[in-house]
Parts: sequence; C-alpha cells; structure tokens
Amino acid sequence: MIREAVSNPSDGIIHLEDARKIYQMGSSSVKALGGVTLSFNRGSFWAIMGPSGSGKSTMMNILGCLDRLSSGRYILEGRDVSTLDDDSLSELRLRHLGFVFQSFNLIPQLTVQRNIELPLYYLGWEASSSAERTGELVERVGLKERLHHRPAELSGGEMQRVAIARALANDPQIIFADEPTGNLDTATGKEILGLLVELNEQGKTIIMVTHESHVATYAKRRLHMLDGLVERVEGED
Amino acid sequence: MKQIKLVRNILLGIEDLLLHKLRSFLTTLGIVFGVGSVVAMLSVGEGASKEALEAIRKLGSNNIIISSIKSIEDESTSTAHSHMGIYGLTYDDYARVAETFKTIRQTAPVKLIRKEGRLGERALELRIVGTTPVWFELVQRPVVAGRVMITSDDDERAPAAVLTEFGARKLLAAENTIGQSLKIGSDRFEIVGIVKSESGQAGNIQIPDQEVDVYIPINVARSYFGDVTARRTSGTFEREMVELHQMIVQVDSTEDVEPVAAGIESMLKRFHKKEDYRVSVPLALLRQAEATKRTFNIVLGSIAGISLLVGGIGIMNIMLASVTERTREIGIRRAIGAKRKQIISQFLIETVVLSIIGGLIGIGLGVLVPSLITYFAGMPTVITPASIVLPLVISFGVGIVFGLYPAVRAAKVDPIVALRHE
Repeated sequence: MIREAVSNPSDGIIHLEDARKIYQMGSSSVKALGGVTLSFNRGSFWAIMGPSGSGKSTMMNILGCLDRLSSGRYILEGRDVSTLDDDSLSELRLRHLGFVFQSFNLIPQLTVQRNIELPLYYLGWEASSSAERTGELVERVGLKERLHHRPAELSGGEMQRVAIARALANDPQIIFADEPTGNLDTATGKEILGLLVELNEQGKTIIMVTHESHVATYAKRRLHMLDGLVERVEGED
Repeated sequence: MKQIKLVRNILLGIEDLLLHKLRSFLTTLGIVFGVGSVVAMLSVGEGASKEALEAIRKLGSNNIIISSIKSIEDESTSTAHSHMGIYGLTYDDYARVAETFKTIRQTAPVKLIRKEGRLGERALELRIVGTTPVWFELVQRPVVAGRVMITSDDDERAPAAVLTEFGARKLLAAENTIGQSLKIGSDRFEIVGIVKSESGQAGNIQIPDQEVDVYIPINVARSYFGDVTARRTSGTFEREMVELHQMIVQVDSTEDVEPVAAGIESMLKRFHKKEDYRVSVPLALLRQAEATKRTFNIVLGSIAGISLLVGGIGIMNIMLASVTERTREIGIRRAIGAKRKQIISQFLIETVVLSIIGGLIGIGLGVLVPSLITYFAGMPTVITPASIVLPLVISFGVGIVFGLYPAVRAAKVDPIVALRHE
C-alpha cells in the first residue's frame, strides 16, 4: 500500500523522499522522522494518526513548512522546499498554506474580522478588498453576525470556524488541521469536520492530524505512524 | 503604497497600545519626564544666559572700557600717610589713546564727582558724570525729553545738565523740568534733557548709571569742580586726585577690539608706575558668557540625557515583557506567513509610537514648567524651536534604539514552540 502511494509522484502535490528529522537534545539525539518516503495527491483528505511520540506532529510541522528536514527531500507543488530559508518558507505559508489548530490560535485582542484579515494584511491587500473578502469568508463558515466580536466572546465551535475562515483567506491549496476537534464537544466537532469535508469537496487538499479514529474516518486516507516511520496507509483517493 | 502601509502599521500599533492604556501610559512616563526635563532645562538655561548676554551686548561689542582703580599698594600707603591719593587715568592718557590707534573710531571720557544737588525744594546726593557728547553715541540711551549733550555744550563750557529718567523721578522732576535750573554745590545748571535709565546690572563692568546721575560737559566739570575730591572716612579726611574715572573706546570692527585693548594696556603700562587702571572688553565677557552657557547646556544636557536613558530602558523592559506575553501571538503570525522583519517592524513601530507619544507629552510638560517658573519665580525662560525639535528627534531615536532588541527577540521566536506556548 505504501508502494501504491509512492508510485505516482508526478500527481502528488506533496512528495517526501527519505525524509528525516533528528532533534538534538544536549548530547543525545531524538529521531522524530526516520526516513519517510510518501506522496500526497492533489485534492486528497489525509488523516495522520499515531500515538504521541510517533512523529505525527513533526510530520505536520515539516509538511506545513514550519520546520525543515535534517535530511531527505520535500517537494511541494513540484518545487524542492527542503533547502529554502526562513523568509521563503514564510512566503510559502503565506501564499499556499492554511492552518487550523486544536487550540484555535486566534489573537485574543483582535476582532473576528481582524483575525481573518491577518493573512491578507501580510499579503499587502488594501483594507477595502480585504474587508470584502472577510465578508465572504464569514458567510461561508456561518459567522456573519460575529464579525466585530472578540474571540473570548465566542464558543469553541465558533472560534474554530473563525480559524477555518482565516485559513481560507489566502485561498490556499493545502489546509493543515492539527487536532481540529480536540477542544470541541462531539456535536460541534462533527460540524467542523463537516466543514472540512465540504472544503475538500471544493478541491482543497486537507492534511489533518488526529489520534481519534472516529475523527479519522472523515478522511479519505489514513496514515498511521509509529516511532517516526510510516506504519501503514489506509483508504483510497 | 508603501507610505499607506506604514500609516496602517502605525495605526495598528496605536490600536494595540490602546488595548493596554495604563501599561502604555506608565511605559511612556520615563520618556515623558526625560523629554520634559530636556525641554525645561534648555529653556531655563537659554533664558538665564540670554539675560546675561543681552546686558553685555548693551555695552557694545566694539567697545573697550578702561577704568581707573585704586591699586592695592596705593590703598595701604595713602591711609598710612593720610596724604592725597593720586591715581587713575589722566587727560594725557585720554589724548594719547585717541591719537595712537588708527582703528579707534571714537572715545568718550568719564569723570565722576559726588556732590549734593538741589532742584527746587528737593536735595539729593548726585553722581555727576562729566563726559562728552560722544558718550551718548557709545552708550545708547533713548531721549525721553529735551535733548542729549551736544558738542557746543562742551566747547562753550555751557552749564547744561542731562538727567536720567530715574534721576529725574528721584528729584521729583517732571517733563516741564526742561529749562529749570539744578543747583550743584554753589553752581547752577540748566536741565536740557532727560534720557532713559539703564536697567539691570551690566556684568561686572561699572557703567555710570545706578544712581541719580547728572551728565554735564567734561570741561565744565573740570573747571567747576576740579580733579580733587575730598571724602571723610572713619574720622580721617581723605583726599583723592583722579583726572578721569573711565574711558570708553569704540573701534571700527570687532576684530580690532582685542589687539587695540592689548595695545592700550601696554601703552598705559609704560606711563603708569602702578596698575591703577583696568582694561575690560565686553566682547571677551561675551565670549566668556557664551562659553559658560555652553558648559551649562552640556551639564543640563547630560542630566536630561541620563533621564532619557532611564526612560528608554523602562520602555525596553516593558517591551521585552510584552514580547514574552505575546509569544503565542507571534507564533500565530509567523505560522500564517509573517516574515521575521515584519515581526520586527510591528514591535519596533509600537516602541517608537510609544516613545514619540511620550516625547510629545514631555514637550507639553517641558513648555508648561518653564512658564510656571517664569510666573512664580520671575526667572526668564526661552523656548527655542531647537529645544522642541531636538527632544522629539531624541525620543524617536530612543524608541528605535531601545525597541530594536525586544523586536529582534520577538522575531527570533520559533513558531512551533510559540504555538505550544500557554
């Protein structure tokens, strides 16, 4: 099955080649990724699973261009990004990637509108066009009337919707979701997962980290990791 | 486009600072007092030196003043012998000085005599100043009534007297005093004019105008009162002979002042056995006063600079705390795609905005305090444009210097670690 995933790299939006990540902890070193070769297809919905310490968070950070490989290659949209510098990685995240986190990670002192506008601000959009874009996005996640509230005034589900709206602001090809339902009750979690499925149906590639198997069932494919290596891959695109 | 973006960043910075109003206010206090003290000190210093410089300038920067002084050895011998003390400048000195130096434009002699005078019913001790009309050109005095001394007064030995406004008031004279006669000793003088009094102390140069002055032609003074004055001091009778008490010399240009002063000094040295004269140059005093002012400014500036430094450190401290507090926010921004330099500019702008706002409040304070000082203590203060612009530039600089380190620290935050930060 792994063979199958690797077989057509030309199709892949993401392609890892013998990806290794080693953290130096004083004199000892920890192998977080021990040589992963894997392709993710465009328009897919992946769930990365595994117990804590399995390397799924490291995987997510590497794929999200928040961290760099110790060795191996990472091809994103046909471009080798494993050797890019900090500024170029920032630029990449800004233009092509979106992030949704377990703890929502909204900026508390900013209103919903300002939070959603944040990527557009860094993209240098004019205030009027970014306000327009924000209007579309809150409608899409169903939070139109919360635009001028601050995160503290919202429920968990609403905050995650804001986070999703923010992740969509720059119209990214790939959305990374790190335990997106971890801080939500089951019903709200289902709503959020429904929203992710919807986005996937609209063509976004989604890579989600979770340790709950019922959450993982929403994904088309499931990547099980163990000790920094791929244990098995399930599902079909 | 770039400017619009900067304006937007500044507005965002202000918005962020307004979220913590009290903290932002407390943070700026250091700068407020730093800048306030710079402005206030500069204006007090400027005011104090301006007064001194003005007084010296009134003496004329092209003038040299030569005064008669009783030398110390003379002082002791004269009391021992109770003889007549002879010292000071002579008529010959006066003529020689006027003849010798080509660059001298004009000179005025001054002869002082103390005598009782009477105007109508009023009797007062007067200081009679025997001089020439040139004196009124060298020492600018606006005419209040009548006229100043003219050449014919001196030539014809006319008993004409000019009063100062102050003197006229003391003598209870009014404007219609012009033409009345003033009795000095047993001689009668006609009051021909009143000039404005000189206010304030003029450095350490004695200018003949602190008391009831009467200006009369020097030739008249000489022939009426002679050169010998008698004084009764502590039981002994003391007599002095002084021909001239002062000479005012005006040279053509400022560059000539010092060489001519030196020339006069060496010339007098040759003709006088004792050092019974003093050559003073207002220009030198002016320079000295300016140097003093510079020193003063440096001292005040250093004190104010230290308070600005303390203010800057205060800002840096708070910004560092703010960076720690906002680690997660920095992580979020970085994850979204903010570059390091964008994080730097965000924090730098906040610090600079803080310190400039502090600077503006400080300038307000620094303008208010001197006006209170002037109002309550009567000390002159001067606010120059430089004393406002300079602190503003400094507070901008303080913002940059002390904001840079916290901003760089903020930019170094690792987004992965920051996102996990609670």
